[in-house]
Amino acid sequence: MTSLVYLVPLALLLGGAALAAFLWTLRSGQYDDLRGAAERVLLDDEFDRPLRGPLDE
Amino acid sequence: MSCCAPAIEAAAELGRSPSPDELRIASRELGNGLRQIDLSVPSIHCGACIAAIERGFRGVAGVERARVNLSTKRLAVTWRGETPPPVFAVLDRLGYQANLFEPESDARDPELSRLLRALAVAGFCAMNIMLLSVSVWSGADAETRQAFHWISAALALPALVYSGRIFYASAWSALRHGRTNMDVPISIGVTLAFALSLYDTIGNGPHAYFDASTSLLFFLLIGRTLDHMMRGKARAAVEGLSRMMPRGATVLRDDGSRDYLPADEIRPGMRLVLMPGERILVDGVVESGSADIDCAIATGESAPQAVDIGSTLRSGTLNLNGFLMMTATADARGSFVAEMIAMMDAAEGGRARYRRLADRAARLYSPVVHATALLTFLGWLAATGDWHRAISIAIAVLIITCPCALGLAVPMVQAVAARRLFEAGIMVKDGSAMERLAEIDWAVFDKTGTLTVGRPRVVEIVGDEKTREIAAALARHSNHPVARAVAAIGKDADLSFRNVREVAGLGIEATLDGHLYRLGRSSWASGEQGPQTVLACDGRPVLSIAVEDGLRPDAREAVEALRDAGIGATILSGDSPAAVTAAARRVGISDAVAGLLPSGKIDRLAALSASGRKVLMVGDGLNDAPALSAAHVSMAPASAADIGRNAADFVFLHDTLMAIPRAYAVCKEAGRLVRQNFALAIAYNAIALPVAILGHVTPLIAALAMSLSSVLVVANALRLRGASPSGKVRRPVRSVAPELAVEA
Repeated sequence: MTSLVYLVPLALLLGGAALAAFLWTLRSGQYDDLRGAAERVLLDDEFDRPLRGPLDE
Repeated sequence: MSCCAPAIEAAAELGRSPSPDELRIASRELGNGLRQIDLSVPSIHCGACIAAIERGFRGVAGVERARVNLSTKRLAVTWRGETPPPVFAVLDRLGYQANLFEPESDARDPELSRLLRALAVAGFCAMNIMLLSVSVWSGADAETRQAFHWISAALALPALVYSGRIFYASAWSALRHGRTNMDVPISIGVTLAFALSLYDTIGNGPHAYFDASTSLLFFLLIGRTLDHMMRGKARAAVEGLSRMMPRGATVLRDDGSRDYLPADEIRPGMRLVLMPGERILVDGVVESGSADIDCAIATGESAPQAVDIGSTLRSGTLNLNGFLMMTATADARGSFVAEMIAMMDAAEGGRARYRRLADRAARLYSPVVHATALLTFLGWLAATGDWHRAISIAIAVLIITCPCALGLAVPMVQAVAARRLFEAGIMVKDGSAMERLAEIDWAVFDKTGTLTVGRPRVVEIVGDEKTREIAAALARHSNHPVARAVAAIGKDADLSFRNVREVAGLGIEATLDGHLYRLGRSSWASGEQGPQTVLACDGRPVLSIAVEDGLRPDAREAVEALRDAGIGATILSGDSPAAVTAAARRVGISDAVAGLLPSGKIDRLAALSASGRKVLMVGDGLNDAPALSAAHVSMAPASAADIGRNAADFVFLHDTLMAIPRAYAVCKEAGRLVRQNFALAIAYNAIALPVAILGHVTPLIAALAMSLSSVLVVANALRLRGASPSGKVRRPVRSVAPELAVEA
């Protein structure tokens, strides 16, 4: 029981961090072109910035 | 790179590159003087294409940035300045064929991001609560269980408030209008389950339904988000039509002065001056001058018509090359374009009456859920007198019957079907269009640009090599569609013509080495009657060229495939009877009507639907826009006019007409899967409902039943394949030399 006192909040904290990360990726338009992102890894360095919508700039 | 760059001919043949004006109108403002054009480039398909296109745009004057989206096969070009960059020329040079894409459907959708955020929060809470619940189910001691219930309650509250408000808002607006929808039982069930669980947690009870209420929200939000993505966006076809029109016209007063008056101050009887390149604002009659007029808005024909004194002009048509003076016979509100706008408004209103399958199912289902839950509550209250028990069983009934599976049944299938259609080069504007397409039993085709390629091609040449070069070089001086086709028959010979003169409606003439060459209509060029286009040297014909509007690839096969599926076909065209009959014979359609104005097409469609037919309209021209909105369901090629694309439910990106039977087959299969999913959901209820009514549902059973039925429905939806009648999707590559590409 005592271990739960810190394990459960820790688990929730990690989950919350994942949620925040997801919301951030969503906001910065990283799901707009999943196939393109995979291909851009292989291109020259100037192409590898994540796709950002015009509203974010 | 050979896999990526399609033959240039394909682009040259079908791509009707829009004018700079059209490009500017299609761009959207980003602020700071920046504008963005969105293009759909169906032949993008790998990383090399990204590099080729983005590098190709670097250094083009005015282009700030070009960005390819590989998933959606789109290209966004950001530019600065007054005149748009020559995007189509650049893409042509790179070997890609492109079409303008409506900017509004690309704009960020705030409702979608709201749904996604709600979905993320509900997902996070549901997962964590489920994690805690598993330990409770596997026999945690009373103290731990109590602690976990409290944590669950703390997690469920934000899910309910943040993610649940989407359902609360919808349920509330339905109730306020005296209606009920599926969101009412969902809201009641979720809220009551939470309240009762909280009450039990305070009272140290063994069961809590926090997991059920949050995972219900989660599953339902998945369905809701998919549904939103499939929902039709507001159509901008009507705005497109009015945006195309000029804001005013130059009026010639009796005293010879000229005034530029806004559109609503033009009155019948006023004399207007028309410059080349100007769109005609109001209906009228030509007083002086002659010109070629692009009447595509009325007839759908790309070939210009010659007008001179006494000819009538329709508003919306485009003066291509002459100075005209006209007398207005109507004001802007009584003119042809205003009539078209009115027709489209009426048609859009008619289509809004279609009720989507999911809505119809919810309408039937929701009273059943309410009644069952209420009866269960009353029954248990009467039988045991224990209100706590009666309420908890009634809530279990609400949660079990709340249709996770039903909520996913339609949108999941439609999302998969839209994906399959996209892979086959067909874009869906509206999920309900897939339901409507599966119902059709008649197809109506436009001719020019739909069954045919929409631009003339040279099919036969009689004459020697040298005269071919002269004809091609001379044709390069004109923008007439026939001249552009003729220009392709020669290599780039550099001949120095003098006194080049284009005669509207007849042809083009010039002198070369002391000889007068005329290229154009036989009767004008050589004085002999004949249907051919002729090159004459000093009045003597030296070369004759047969020009014809070729059929789209697979037009005949597509019509046959539809006929095999029991769908009849009609051609409704604005072209001349001779051209329509010829095209009808070549594609094998016996029922063809020629010479129709947009209102005539609408009347024909109305007659067909009055006789009980569900009609698919396939068209591309400006003149088809009202008919596209009025038909039960509609399709347009991506080469269609902007307004036509906007009005259609489906847009196919490749040239082949096999897209039509393929889309029909996919929608038919999607319809079958939706019905199967409904059957699955109902079967699930038939098993789960008695168990719930009898009071045997524990939180564990509720969670299992709910997840299982949802997974089943999703798995069933994924079985949908892009089954196509002719197997693989054909690449849009056609590298046949133009003069050899004679249609069978």
